[in-house]
Amino acid sequence: MTTDLTAPGAHRATDTGTAPTPGPGTRPGPASGRRRPPVLAVIAVLIALFSLMPLGYVVAMTVATGWDTAVALIFRARVGELLLNTILLMVLSVPLCLVLGVGGAWLVERTQLRGSRFWALALAAPLAIPAFVNSYGWVSAVPSLAGLWSGVLISVLSYFPLVYIPAAATLSRLDPSLEESAAALGLGPWQVFRRVVLPQLRLAMTGGALLVGLHLLAEYGAFAMIRFDTFTTAIMVQYQSTFNGAAGNMLASVLVVLCLLLLVAEVRSRGTARYARVGSGGQAAPGRMPLRRLHVPAQLALLLLVVLAVGVPMWFVVRWVVLGGSAIWAPDELVPALVQTLLYGVAGAAATTLVAFPMAFLAVRRPSWFTRSLELSNYVTSSMPGIVVGLAFVTVSIRFLPGVYQTAFVLVAAYVLLFLPRALVSLRSGLAQAPRELEEAAQALGVPPLLAFAKVTLRLAAPAAAGGAALVFLAIVNELTATLLLSPNGTRTLATEFWAKSSEIDYAGAAPYALLMVVLSAPMTYLLFQQSKKAAGQ
Amino acid sequence: MTTTTTTIPDQHDPGARGRLEVDGLVKSFGSQQVLRGVTLSVDPGSTTAIVGPSGSGKTTLLRLIAGFERAEAGSVVLSGRTLAAGDAWVPAHHRGVGYVAQDGALFPHLTVGQNIAFGIDTPRLQGRKATRAKVAELLEMVSLDAALAARRPHEISGGQQQRVALARALAREPELMLLDESFSALDAGLRVATRRTVSRVLQDAGITTVLVTHDQAEALSFADQVAVMRDGLLAQVDSPLEVYTRPVDRATAEFLGDAVMLEAWVDGDMATCSLGAVRLAPTAHRGRVQLMLRPEQIRVDEHGPIRGVVVDTDYFGPESTVRLELTSGREPGCETSALARSGEIISIRHSNAFIAARGTELRLRIEGEAIAFPPDA
Repeated sequence: MTTDLTAPGAHRATDTGTAPTPGPGTRPGPASGRRRPPVLAVIAVLIALFSLMPLGYVVAMTVATGWDTAVALIFRARVGELLLNTILLMVLSVPLCLVLGVGGAWLVERTQLRGSRFWALALAAPLAIPAFVNSYGWVSAVPSLAGLWSGVLISVLSYFPLVYIPAAATLSRLDPSLEESAAALGLGPWQVFRRVVLPQLRLAMTGGALLVGLHLLAEYGAFAMIRFDTFTTAIMVQYQSTFNGAAGNMLASVLVVLCLLLLVAEVRSRGTARYARVGSGGQAAPGRMPLRRLHVPAQLALLLLVVLAVGVPMWFVVRWVVLGGSAIWAPDELVPALVQTLLYGVAGAAATTLVAFPMAFLAVRRPSWFTRSLELSNYVTSSMPGIVVGLAFVTVSIRFLPGVYQTAFVLVAAYVLLFLPRALVSLRSGLAQAPRELEEAAQALGVPPLLAFAKVTLRLAAPAAAGGAALVFLAIVNELTATLLLSPNGTRTLATEFWAKSSEIDYAGAAPYALLMVVLSAPMTYLLFQQSKKAAGQ
Repeated sequence: MTTTTTTIPDQHDPGARGRLEVDGLVKSFGSQQVLRGVTLSVDPGSTTAIVGPSGSGKTTLLRLIAGFERAEAGSVVLSGRTLAAGDAWVPAHHRGVGYVAQDGALFPHLTVGQNIAFGIDTPRLQGRKATRAKVAELLEMVSLDAALAARRPHEISGGQQQRVALARALAREPELMLLDESFSALDAGLRVATRRTVSRVLQDAGITTVLVTHDQAEALSFADQVAVMRDGLLAQVDSPLEVYTRPVDRATAEFLGDAVMLEAWVDGDMATCSLGAVRLAPTAHRGRVQLMLRPEQIRVDEHGPIRGVVVDTDYFGPESTVRLELTSGREPGCETSALARSGEIISIRHSNAFIAARGTELRLRIEGEAIAFPPDA
């Protein structure tokens, strides 16, 4: 998938003016003394253009198809059916994810729930299980699973943490004085929640809903496994049969339009209101409500949710591992897959962080219409599904750079593009913690500018850069769609191996790969959880 | 704005260590000209405060002196060495200028001791021990416990952070120390104490100091020389006493403190106004003027010639601001003046809040000289 949890909150950071621009208002703008920015700006523009490639591909393909053919391919029953499936899936899953995510966040952060620290993590845990592994677990439990409602079940269980994490982060950071003021103005607890707390959660909710929506549009494996047709699964089928046919390309352009519509909807519903905290000074921890009679039902509801989202898939993964015995642990297959996954993960994470740096630096140090438009391009790219990015890279590399087609280089480039936003968001918050003043202080202490940059800014941004790289790594480990399209011959990652085995209904053989993916993902998920808590405060 | 780097006449030894000469600095951001030709001279070892409302360009001036920005025109010369003039430009790290930012700008990833040692180039041979000794010495210099060296910046108070930032800047033995609103982020009591410590340390070390502040009281109490900045120009550069009691224009007068402004008529070295005849500081103005008095120049005196009825008072503890409505003067000489209107309201300061009950009639007397500005300036 292409977007990341902390993204909506961080976009907000610049929009609401709580941007990490250092210094008080009297401070003048950018230093004109340095010569670094133009070079950086050129690089950033190149990266932005590169990142718009999938969109450009879709537009070019639509134009190349011609008006009549395009109309004929878009306005047909099959597209209508896919559209209906997709819209129903969204309409049913997104509200459920919002209810579960916000409800869970509120229970964990704002009530006297017992074991709230445990539940806080447990509710984020489903993120460590790739959706297609979740699907695999549920199909093992209920082999007849298929169709819309199964799609909704898998989607909600896999993606509600995308709402929960930003909502919990926002709730834990809300200034309690707002709620106290509302109470002093005569509002009861429920009214306070509705009129003060919920509006403050708006950004987390719209951002979370956007992420859920984009995941629903982009997911391939989970829906293919339960034979539920969406645009992504249909494009994949077309691709496998006709490789680069006009029909598949037109489906892709409808999919991209849907993604862009989601983006617009999110921007619209986000509103222009400012939610930043006014004034300075210390902030007290928010109060917690007693649950009383509702305590037991709350605990049971959370238990049920976690059992369904984590317990069921993990139980069946482990069960298949046990049933498969030693036969499924074939080291000559497992080890290369693990090594290749790790190599791609590390290379992709390093490349993505490197590419993200110029954009993050410009966004933090030289905020302007220029950097905002760069971010906008990046925001648009972040909505592109893996299948579209994959198709774009296949076509472009075959047509213009046949030498690199089916090389690791193309796959890493696709990873960079898919996961740039994750690295960007982390890097940006890291760079914001290294304001220009510190670099200047170092210069005033006799350190040359480049060395000051390295000793202060790079050093301070390093933890955040590492965090961002870890998130990219996590994403690459669990990436299936683009990897299926772009991996060189003979390349087998954990995800593709898992997919190959489970497609052949070798569920036991697939189990070790699923287990390895979850084990690799778990620490990264924890990191993501921690990072979101920090990001909300910025 | 054209500036030529003319050689400065020898009369005040331009090469003296610590002498700062800023000449005709011009700087714009986009289409906005922030500095419009600023010229300032700071004597070695002295302290200058640049004071002005926010947006007046004072921080930009400091950043140009520090070498964080380049000016479009003008020059900066320190100890006879040209730091910036035309194309010549010495980058910040070669200027030998100390800089303390508003929030101290301590490096959060280093301890206090490592922060202070950041700019010290100790030869390898002397090693850590020498550095540690130097850090301890610097901490003592700014009246901090040497044990603080092991702490992280976020573990010490704001006042301590500022003193560490000063120690860090002092470690390089700069010829010039720049303080950029260095006390503004501290609360009132701490601000005074920190300012006093910093002032003492810098004076003992004989380091030329330039402080930027928007707080006029801080500027007046801290500096030997006050430069009042407005709209990218220095409106007045003089001693604190001079700028306060003899401001060059009304805006400067009102920025530096409360001012009582009165319409008046100048004749010789006296002015006639609703307070009667008032002695004037030497002025070239004649005829109609605006007269400026500091509220504390108007004293309550049983035998004073001016009468006023208390309208209201603002009580501040040690003193009150009392607003008075002038009753028609009965003193001879005043009655005849066309300007001696009754009903005008003025503010004065008084230390005794009890006499200033509403409706009380007070008699007043003016101390010192008033300043004349052109009318409706």
